[in-house]
Amino acid sequence: MKKNWPLWEIFVRSKNGLEHRHFGSLHAADAEMAMENARDVYTRRNEGVSIWVVESKNITASNPADNGEMFEPAQDKVYRHPTFYDLPDEVKHM
Amino acid sequence: MSEKEVKNLEEIFEARIARDEKIEPKDWMPEKYRKTHIRQISQHAHSEIVGMLPEGNWITRAPSLRRKAALLAKVQDEAGHGLYLYSACETLGISRDELYEQLHSGKAKYSSIFNYPTITWADMGAIGWLVDGAAIINQVPLCNTSFGPYARAMVRVCKEESFHQRQGFEIMLTLCRGSEEQKAMAQDALNRWWWPSLMMLGPTDAESIHTEQSMKWKLKRKSNDELRQQFIDQTVPQADLLGLTIPDPDLKFNEETGSYDFGEIDWDEFWQVVKGHGPCNKERMDARVNAWNNGEWVRDAAMAHAEKNEKRKVAKAS
Repeated sequence: MKKNWPLWEIFVRSKNGLEHRHFGSLHAADAEMAMENARDVYTRRNEGVSIWVVESKNITASNPADNGEMFEPAQDKVYRHPTFYDLPDEVKHM
Repeated sequence: MSEKEVKNLEEIFEARIARDEKIEPKDWMPEKYRKTHIRQISQHAHSEIVGMLPEGNWITRAPSLRRKAALLAKVQDEAGHGLYLYSACETLGISRDELYEQLHSGKAKYSSIFNYPTITWADMGAIGWLVDGAAIINQVPLCNTSFGPYARAMVRVCKEESFHQRQGFEIMLTLCRGSEEQKAMAQDALNRWWWPSLMMLGPTDAESIHTEQSMKWKLKRKSNDELRQQFIDQTVPQADLLGLTIPDPDLKFNEETGSYDFGEIDWDEFWQVVKGHGPCNKERMDARVNAWNNGEWVRDAAMAHAEKNEKRKVAKAS
């Protein structure tokens, strides 16, 4: 009976006002140990004020093979950008 | 997939790298790219982990609390660097256990330099100054390598590494400004670590089998010989500053090239160490394997505890 420690993804907020960002991953037996290890592995030099740990298997990721249908449709929707609209130079503050 | 389709994908892949795009773990990649990266990243991770051993030897005997705290922090960083790199490697579809197994069975290599003994305190200075100095030269270009997880790990590693070299140089400087005996100790450490540090940057370009492909994939930005020359050119003036003599009678500044010419490296010694016959190969591997085997019951107990807790939580909720 050999069971390996599962993999966890570590997210760190580097300071208040900023979002948590993915920092890396590590192995731990449970969430508590993942938190303790994340502190030692990823915040030895004041890199963070808050940590999230998420077991990797709970993350659903998009597949790069589907990137065409996922992301390309946005490319031809230029009207979603302010520069699409022609305005006379006299119009200020817009 | 037909051969033609694979070839097409490979062309698209190489073009992406040529455009400086990063490759992420779930992207399609040629099998050779995956294998080469597993080999290099794991070798790098193993070097960090085995690299803790020669320095761990001196933690309890550091000459002051200041030195001890710094050395502990450095060794802890090396554990961290190993962990960043193992994680990056695992994104390529190999498990941590397989990686350890490759290290412990001798299938995977680690840096030859860690097979030399650390017999005096000055060795802590020489390792930080020379070994970490050579490592930085090797690692900085990797911050831009094509495989995203490796590049990100290297950015973190490089940020932390510069303290390692500075603390080593400070140890050397203190010894060199001390008594005659202390300065002699520093010179002795330089004598023993100089050549292995040059070897650590890898075989000469003519002998290096992986260079061309690795250049294309940005796993390597400069050849071993270029890196070695860079290391020598930046280190010789530092040795002068310490008042130490580099143990190479052929070392001489070349006005024409603006670089130092240096003597013949004993490559037989290098290959002996790589093949497992260095002074400490066996000791290092024994220490690693024992740590892994003796820790097995702890890892199993932690897992059993986590599972029990989880079951209890589920039972409570239902």
